Amino acid sequence: MSASSDTRGVNRRRFFSDTAAAVCGTGFLALLLGWAAAPARSLAATALRPPGALPETDFLAACVRCGLCVRDCPYDTLKLADLADGAASGTPYFEARKIPCEMCEDIPCVVACPTGALDKGLTDIAKARMGTAVLVGHETCLNFLGLRCDVCYRVCPLIDKAITLEMRHNQRTGKHAQLIPIVHTDVCTGCGKCEKSCVLEETAIKVLPVELARGQIGAHYRLGWEEKAKKGGALVDGIIDLPDRGYTPPPIKEFRP
Amino acid sequence: MSATVRRPGPAAIREKGWFLAHRWLLARRAAQLGFLLLFLSGPLFGVWIAKGTLSSSLTLGVLPLSDPLMTVQSLAARHLPEATGLLGAVLVLAAYAASRGRLYCSWVCPVNVVTDAAAALRRRLGIRANMALSRRLRLLVLAAVVLASAATGVLVWEAVNPVTLLHRALVFGTLTAGGLAWTVVAAIFLFDLAVTARGWCGHLCPVGAFYGQIGRWGTVAVSAPQRERCDHCKDCYLVCPEPHVITPALTDAASDIIESPDCTACGRCVDVCPQSVFVLGIHPPRLAGTRRTAGAAPLHQGDPT
Repeated sequence: MSASSDTRGVNRRRFFSDTAAAVCGTGFLALLLGWAAAPARSLAATALRPPGALPETDFLAACVRCGLCVRDCPYDTLKLADLADGAASGTPYFEARKIPCEMCEDIPCVVACPTGALDKGLTDIAKARMGTAVLVGHETCLNFLGLRCDVCYRVCPLIDKAITLEMRHNQRTGKHAQLIPIVHTDVCTGCGKCEKSCVLEETAIKVLPVELARGQIGAHYRLGWEEKAKKGGALVDGIIDLPDRGYTPPPIKEFRP
Repeated sequence: MSATVRRPGPAAIREKGWFLAHRWLLARRAAQLGFLLLFLSGPLFGVWIAKGTLSSSLTLGVLPLSDPLMTVQSLAARHLPEATGLLGAVLVLAAYAASRGRLYCSWVCPVNVVTDAAAALRRRLGIRANMALSRRLRLLVLAAVVLASAATGVLVWEAVNPVTLLHRALVFGTLTAGGLAWTVVAAIFLFDLAVTARGWCGHLCPVGAFYGQIGRWGTVAVSAPQRERCDHCKDCYLVCPEPHVITPALTDAASDIIESPDCTACGRCVDVCPQSVFVLGIHPPRLAGTRRTAGAAPLHQGDPT
């Protein structure tokens, strides 16, 4: 009797220690896997996701790395990341400077996705936000130097909407214009055609991930002039407009050569 | 020099001829190549049969198939795949549950060729070094994969999964274009060759562990209907990637079928047995509590065990 209850006690202890070992072993392996997968969670700034891609953290939970979007891309824009590439191994991405997105109207890559990693809610390619173009080369962009390159502006599929040319005075010559390409982040799809076609050795306009490319003003910020327009008058009544410490701006004529 | 280590194969070749001693091996290599060609015919010849990879594919434009373990990771990471992806996973799950889960391992998976090669070279070189690992370790890895996917919200196994890594590299051609998938494949080869025999597929791979679990009740199995002819040469044990599965079929009085979910139904035991003890075939599904038998004579006392 006592012998059998002893055995039972031993068996119970054995069961608990085996279970504890299995649980701890699983935890150890889970941590190892977490570390192994950690670097894959950061996406290189040069790697752009296909149109309709969920936000990166959701995308990495949804994409099964099957490559169906890559197969259905008619321009070989998309490719699957290899081990050491800038995107999680096996996930689809493209590099604008190599092959940009041609913005197919039927968006075949999104249609091909079996998991919803590319959101089927995207049916108008102009609403895609693969990234945002940023003119980073203010010292090198030929238009900034006073030339009329305009290539990024001309190739933009949303010309005069996503990129416009803004005329400025050329301070250097004093008598010419600069036509500065301005990207409008609310329209730019991040297709990358501007980056692809920049004539410089190293492109002056680059498509960056949306969150990297845009500033964001604080939610509590109010733009005085907008508030004023909304109100239809001065926001504070009876405010005294003090003189500006005796400074009188020179007549505008002096700036005009 | 000690006596030469016995290698499985030569005895069977003497007894049955080369072809019969390699029949299932040839069939498997053909199947593995065939599955690869289904994916490669498109990029190579412009004839699209299966598009995608083993993770998820579309065959002939209508049949979606998805890796169920990938889908489980996705669900653990809190993403509900679209209907196509889910349907594909259910189809694959049903097919393997009905046949034998680990058929995937020996008939489809591209890594099998690598680990089989490592095992063969290991036998030829007579490498004895063998770090002991529990074969249940893969179940812990499987649990860890699901756990870590849930904790990180990422399909963690896909950061390292050599199965999809190799298949992708083959199908998308990055293996020959400077890709790094070969490093993972090489690591597995060296591990199996010099560290632990059948280390990867037999001890660590959670994909195989997963398929093993879903295919417990399948119909495809190896049986030993002629087990009274066994002369204990042990060639089957030497060649088998999961040798512990064989013993019950040879000794269990009630059943001569290999029931273990670990068995990959590779058929190598059938090939290398000089006495033609084993058969690879289809058996009626095992229902709860019932046993099945392929017709071996019941064992009597004094029978070889």
